[in-house]
Amino acid sequence: MGEPGLTAYLILSAFVFVCGIICIATKRNAIGILMGVELVLNAANINFVASARYHPGFPIEGQVFALMVIVLAAAEAAVALAIILNFYNNHATVDVDQAEDLKG
Amino acid sequence: MNAQWLLFAFLASCIACAALGVVFSRNIVRAAVWLLFTLIGVSFLYFLLGFEFLGTAQLIVYVGGTMVLVVFGVMLTAQGPFLQLRTKRIEWVFAILVGGALFGLLAKASLDLATPQTKNENIPGISPLGLAFLGVDAVSPTVPMSGFPDGREAPKRTANSYLLPFEIVSVHLLVVLIAAAYLARAKRKRTPHG
Repeated sequence: MGEPGLTAYLILSAFVFVCGIICIATKRNAIGILMGVELVLNAANINFVASARYHPGFPIEGQVFALMVIVLAAAEAAVALAIILNFYNNHATVDVDQAEDLKG
Repeated sequence: MNAQWLLFAFLASCIACAALGVVFSRNIVRAAVWLLFTLIGVSFLYFLLGFEFLGTAQLIVYVGGTMVLVVFGVMLTAQGPFLQLRTKRIEWVFAILVGGALFGLLAKASLDLATPQTKNENIPGISPLGLAFLGVDAVSPTVPMSGFPDGREAPKRTANSYLLPFEIVSVHLLVVLIAAAYLARAKRKRTPHG
């Protein structure tokens, strides 16, 4: 046991990913769902960075993709919050079960 | 058991506990605080792996930017009944069953994967990363270029240039922020179901 290899990081990232998925599936608050998405993106980022460290082929690609994911997550959070605030302004709720205007 | 393992185990348990806290806290404000701890733990994980720039970027952009956005969203919308929305018990059971199965699958796939366990000793630092984003590399060119002092080689374009994705991401971020400001502007007084 020298030091944690890629497998340990992959398992940690799988755990965080599953937490994000459960969060998306069970939260009724729209902002809670957004938090689940952030968890999933962070799990993907852990994979990228651990691969950049332990895979000989991608020393720089892992960092580049992780930076892209961080920036895209910021953009996604901004737009999602704008949509949630708009929905809250129109419906006075953030419960996603009430968002059924498009239902036929 | 050396220091690397101890630090990894400590950080991994912190991240896992905080992620579980995000999932299982009913109060949305508490979930936001748990998410904050998760993001900080992940940034420390980057520091542990040796990527200082990524860890700093995670701290600044995620913890300093995205989390502030999320906390503002929580503050603007958290009123009485929406602070604690109940989920049905059957939904919890299904979600945890599916999540547990997914985690088992992913963990088995990770364990079966013949992954390299050796460390890349020479990970590129900040300047190779920036040069890769700009599409140049500090490799010696085939022809001498003017404007560079003797003994220093001019950078040249490399095959793996990330200039175009970098530009696309930056313009995307600009467009998205303008659109978010447009979407979230104050239009009218809030009326229920109007």
